Amino acid sequence: MKSDIILSGVGGQGILSIAATIGTAALIGNLHIKQSEVHGMSQRGGNVISHMRVSDKEIASDLIPKGQANLIVSVEPMEALRYLSFMEKDAWLITNSKPFMNIPDYPDIQDVLSEIKKIKNHIIIDADTIAKKLKSIRSSNIVMLGAASPYIDIPFENFKEALRQIFGRKGEEVVNKNIIALEKGREFALKK
Amino acid sequence: MEKLLLLGDEAIAQAAIDGGLSGIYAYPGTPSTEITEYIQRSKLAKTLEIHSQWSANEKTAMESALGMSYAGKRAMVAMKHVGLNVAADAFINSAITGVNGGLIIVVADDPSMHSSQNEQDSRFFGDFAMIPIYEPANQQEAYDMVYNGFELSEKYQIPILLRITTRLAHSRASVELKTIKKQNENSLPSDIKQFILLPAIARNSYKKLLAKQDSFETESTSSKYNEYIEGKDKSKGIIAAGITFNYLNENYKETKVPYPVLKIGQYPLSVLLIKRIYDECEEIIVLEDGYPFIEQKLKSLLGDKKIKGRLDGTLPRDGELDPNNVATALGLEAKIEDIVPEILRDRPPALCSGCGHTDVFNALNEVMSDYGRGRVFSDIGCYTLAALPPLNSINSCVDMGASITMAKGATDAGLRPAIAFIGDSTFTHSGMTGLLDCVIEKTPITIIISDNSTTGMTGGQDSHAFNRLIDICKGLGVEDKHIRIFNPLRKNHKQAIEIIREEIQYKGVSVIIPQRECIRTLERRIKLKKRKTAK
Repeated sequence: MKSDIILSGVGGQGILSIAATIGTAALIGNLHIKQSEVHGMSQRGGNVISHMRVSDKEIASDLIPKGQANLIVSVEPMEALRYLSFMEKDAWLITNSKPFMNIPDYPDIQDVLSEIKKIKNHIIIDADTIAKKLKSIRSSNIVMLGAASPYIDIPFENFKEALRQIFGRKGEEVVNKNIIALEKGREFALKK
Repeated sequence: MEKLLLLGDEAIAQAAIDGGLSGIYAYPGTPSTEITEYIQRSKLAKTLEIHSQWSANEKTAMESALGMSYAGKRAMVAMKHVGLNVAADAFINSAITGVNGGLIIVVADDPSMHSSQNEQDSRFFGDFAMIPIYEPANQQEAYDMVYNGFELSEKYQIPILLRITTRLAHSRASVELKTIKKQNENSLPSDIKQFILLPAIARNSYKKLLAKQDSFETESTSSKYNEYIEGKDKSKGIIAAGITFNYLNENYKETKVPYPVLKIGQYPLSVLLIKRIYDECEEIIVLEDGYPFIEQKLKSLLGDKKIKGRLDGTLPRDGELDPNNVATALGLEAKIEDIVPEILRDRPPALCSGCGHTDVFNALNEVMSDYGRGRVFSDIGCYTLAALPPLNSINSCVDMGASITMAKGATDAGLRPAIAFIGDSTFTHSGMTGLLDCVIEKTPITIIISDNSTTGMTGGQDSHAFNRLIDICKGLGVEDKHIRIFNPLRKNHKQAIEIIREEIQYKGVSVIIPQRECIRTLERRIKLKKRKTAK
């Protein structure tokens, strides 16, 4: 198996927390991982990308070749459109619907969403509202991961175990909140 | 042995700790910062009393590491590629003095300039200094090279350059650790004159360095990091340096590369290995990230047509390599054009909302509108982002410290007023000497040191200027009444404008210090405090 995932968003939105959870889940399943991150200048409100590669075989490149990603997970809708050339033919694009408007010329959000809808396999999810309903706005990224989870070749239970490992230090309540967020995201995606 | 998921930077740091390191010296710089931070956070490093405090700049870091090596201990210096320019004097000469305790210089290059002002290739510097260079293909190799590199350094009494690039520095993979080695005991160099580069001694030391070159090449020939991999199809031979080896293999996932491949991980280049692939194959494609270092050596001045790479257009002349442009060079796929929906907008990095620099620039912009554009010389830091809209405040960004000295030169040429804009950490890195030049000549110049009490751009490391900035300026001879301090908040906008206006009028050296903590480090401090009180 292999899952080549492009994670995208805006600096400060915490795409690395998604990457860390996928990474931990992959390690639990004894899979190989390579994950490239963005540091430095672009962290400050600029667009950011992380290449996340998971495989049962050894992985050669740290970068996913264009045309070969199985999945784009974007925590911001316009950013979902920035890396389309990485997608393989049947790839899925999963994006949060909540725009992050820190530029003066941000396009009309409806236009952005209709552009996303042109992609054959897409899921648009209002992760922020789902997280808010759970009284856990900071779990929005975990909702996103939940929505992406059916398209990543890692058993769902491993994601939950990863959250237990990552948030265990912060106590049972935080762990459970995140697991519920993960499940809600997954439910949404599977209903589609 | 234990396996950890580590960034390339972290693998290097862990390897240094495990390899008997006594001290790391560095100034923050993307993509090298995490090496030192990892050691600063390591409990093991703390127990082993490994030095890891930041240095004022890359030159002081390099020299301190050399001093540690003089005293017999293993030392490491870490910096970004342009940092090596700052450290170059000490770096080049360290090859002539040689070392006592093992010394590894880690330099992180940034091809494609993700966070830098150029994409210079540090292998040229290593070649220039005539020392061995390592270039790892992956995180595990980076670990192994450092772990064993101290021995190579001690064997030949020579510093070793470890050259990495952004993609390795900031990519995570699983790394297997080795057992911890003990640190060296203190010892003086066996030749007590080894580190005295007086001409009479240096001539001799230089001859010794020259005499070591053959051994360095022999080491490269037998190095496990330089591997000759057989291939049946001799129509091409591929030389792949560092991480480009991965991009090559990515293109032959299901099969073996059909051509002979020479993987390069250690320099100087082994002529034996290069000659073998050259003689066996009809043409040679050189894959290397950064400048065409190997390609140029092979092609030489007269241009051997058999050698393909960045110089003949087989690969792009600038920017990083990746699996796709390597595939195109191998004739495997056509160039994949980026899909850019028309609706997509650029989202450049920007100063954080609530940043103190913004308030300073708002005031400065208002004052400078009286004088016209083109008079603000700036520097390297978050505030460089003021070059972009909406602020459009600055007119230069060249190298660490250049704001003050370039403003001085422009003032000397008659451009008045000329303003220098620099951050506190950059000022103690390389701005202080320029300020002294201005004080000596009583240059009519206005210098704004925007003090956020941290090294912000690289993620908020401690600043040497913290609590010392005013004393430093006074000590360098700036008059008390022309050191002006204010708190850059919106409500102090008027005061800021008044101060800047007044000091521009003064026909001598003025230093204006807007002082407000970086909102990122402030947030972090409050969070930590909350966590502590919660416990």
